[in-house]
Amino acid sequence: MNSPTTQPAVRASGLVKSFGDHRAVDGVDLEVHRGEVFGVLGPNGAGKTTMLKMLATLLPIDGGTGEVFGHDVATEPHLVRQLLGVTGQYASVDENLTATENLWLFARLQGLGRAEARQRGARLLEQFDLTEAASKPISAFSGGMRRRLDLAASLITRPPLIFLDEPTTGLDPRTRGQMWDTIRELVTEGSTVLLTTQYLDEADQLADRIAVIDHGRKVAEGTADELKSSVGRSTLQLQLVDPSDLPTASALAQQLLGEEPTLTPESRRVTVALQRTDQSVDLLVALRDRGVAIESVTVQKPSLDEVFLALTGHDTGEDTGEDTAEDTADQPTQNTQNTQPQDMEASR
Amino acid sequence: MTTLSPERPDTVDLAPHVSLSDTISQTMTLAWRATVKMRRSLEVMFDVTIQPLIFTAMFAYIFGGAISGDVGSYLPLIIPGLIGQTVLTACVATGVQLRTDLDSGVFDRFKVLPIARIAPLAGPMVADMLRYLIAAVLTFTVGIAIGYRPGGGFAGVAGAILLAVVAGWSLAWIFTFFGLVGRNAQGVQGISLLVMFPLTFLSNAFVPTDTMPRPLEAFAEVNPVSLVITALRDLANRGEVTGAVGWALVGCAVVVAIFAPLSVRRFKKM
Ligand SMILES: Nc1ncnc2c1ncn2[C@@H]1O[C@H](COP(=O)(O)OP(=O)(O)OP(=O)(O)O)[C@@H](O)[C@H]1O
Ligand SMILES: [Mg+2]
Repeated sequence: MNSPTTQPAVRASGLVKSFGDHRAVDGVDLEVHRGEVFGVLGPNGAGKTTMLKMLATLLPIDGGTGEVFGHDVATEPHLVRQLLGVTGQYASVDENLTATENLWLFARLQGLGRAEARQRGARLLEQFDLTEAASKPISAFSGGMRRRLDLAASLITRPPLIFLDEPTTGLDPRTRGQMWDTIRELVTEGSTVLLTTQYLDEADQLADRIAVIDHGRKVAEGTADELKSSVGRSTLQLQLVDPSDLPTASALAQQLLGEEPTLTPESRRVTVALQRTDQSVDLLVALRDRGVAIESVTVQKPSLDEVFLALTGHDTGEDTGEDTAEDTADQPTQNTQNTQPQDMEASR
Repeated sequence: MTTLSPERPDTVDLAPHVSLSDTISQTMTLAWRATVKMRRSLEVMFDVTIQPLIFTAMFAYIFGGAISGDVGSYLPLIIPGLIGQTVLTACVATGVQLRTDLDSGVFDRFKVLPIARIAPLAGPMVADMLRYLIAAVLTFTVGIAIGYRPGGGFAGVAGAILLAVVAGWSLAWIFTFFGLVGRNAQGVQGISLLVMFPLTFLSNAFVPTDTMPRPLEAFAEVNPVSLVITALRDLANRGEVTGAVGWALVGCAVVVAIFAPLSVRRFKKM
């Protein structure tokens, strides 16, 4: 009934994988649209790799079904493999060969002629900044170089669908930013990307939609914004010019928004939760009418950190447990400051 | 398959399965990879170089007198026997190598590529034919150096070497299967030796089978290793393509027919 062009890039329903008694993936539904970056977010052991491997024909599916562009993963693995480029969590290039030899090997295996294989390899090495290391043995490669070669090896046939399992784990911020740029380029060229990550800011930056996985189950799905607004309310943060205006501002906020604001006199700051974002305008207008001078205004959504915490009841393990459940709930803005500078650093 | 266009996954023609010619070319590509690896770690060649050198001289002088009265008349019996034994030992290494390879991560990529499932297994095995060739040539050379005069002449010896290489490739499927079943390289080495010893010693490699107890003799007679060694003797010593050569090839075919599908099935489930 579905014409092939309306099929999503990936569709999984009720996907299950058990290792003994342990259900590593426990009934996951997933739909990845064409041309999007879909992020699967989850802590260590959540089942991300297991799920990806099942969809990549690398692990037998114990329950449910998976489809890639409408082709069943279990019954038509050969078709699925022709549409798919996979970069696993651990490097899957040949340590005994050089970078050039690796790309040549994978190109030849996928039916490219000798000349074409050589050209494609050289171009990919250049694109991934590996030309200088082209004839070095892989064992002399740094982690980042290996990661890049691994991704290059997945792109030889320009597959329409690319799986990336934790593509930036272990990379320094600069290399990480480059990897993000590469992934965005792939999407610009028309590929669909399904990636897993433990990094909230990575999902936030890259993914059009995100599924949060925990203990083998999907606990939430949506755009980063949707996830954020599903969990908490936005906050309005005001910094005043004159600290003596603080009581006035506080009283007004209380009166107009019906919420008790938090005051930080040292930085002349008033923070108050918003029911709706447009309420902030009422408060700003009222403050201007009273002649309260404002230095800066920010409306902040809750960070994905808090979303994650709220959904899974535990931390990602990314930050070293400095936020407890209480202080995140009380001061939603605190956490954002943890992730934001990281983003900026990485994308530079 | 050629390059896909990322934008239009539905407009490309996907191949429903891997064609035979593609399977062969993929196998040869993977054989190339295995030869590159071999060149870079020459210690994998020890079992087909040092071992034939030492074993041939040692066996000839130690057992020669006891079994055939003198070394000279034992050589036509022992040289083909030793070739059989050395090639079988080299097959064990094929399985152990495969296990090491499987654990190395690159196999995850082979598995996800649209290639024939048999290619990653058969590729290294094709490359290993080079090792069987070296083993057979060296054993003959040492034999001739210590006085062996093959009655089959050059053609007979060449035929025997060819058969040894084909037999090595066929018997290696047994060890490829154990390479896939074993948990790690040591485990594979363990099981393989356990399989190799009866195959070697319950054969006519070193002694005539008719002195063995009945049940063992029965096994020794259908043991593919015996069949191959008998054929090697006929080729090298008489220069004749006898019925034994036919039986050897049948024995090899049976081994491949059993262990190749078992191995591929096992590989698919991994
Ligand atoms: N081959 C296996 N045998 C037994 N258990 C396994 C196997 N592979 C994974 N598991 C278990 O399945 C669960 C999910 O593992 P998986 O590797 O999918 O997690 P993940 O989300 O990718 O974690 P990480 O972020 O650490 O990569 C874990 O509890 C793991 O111990
Ligand atoms: Mg993982």
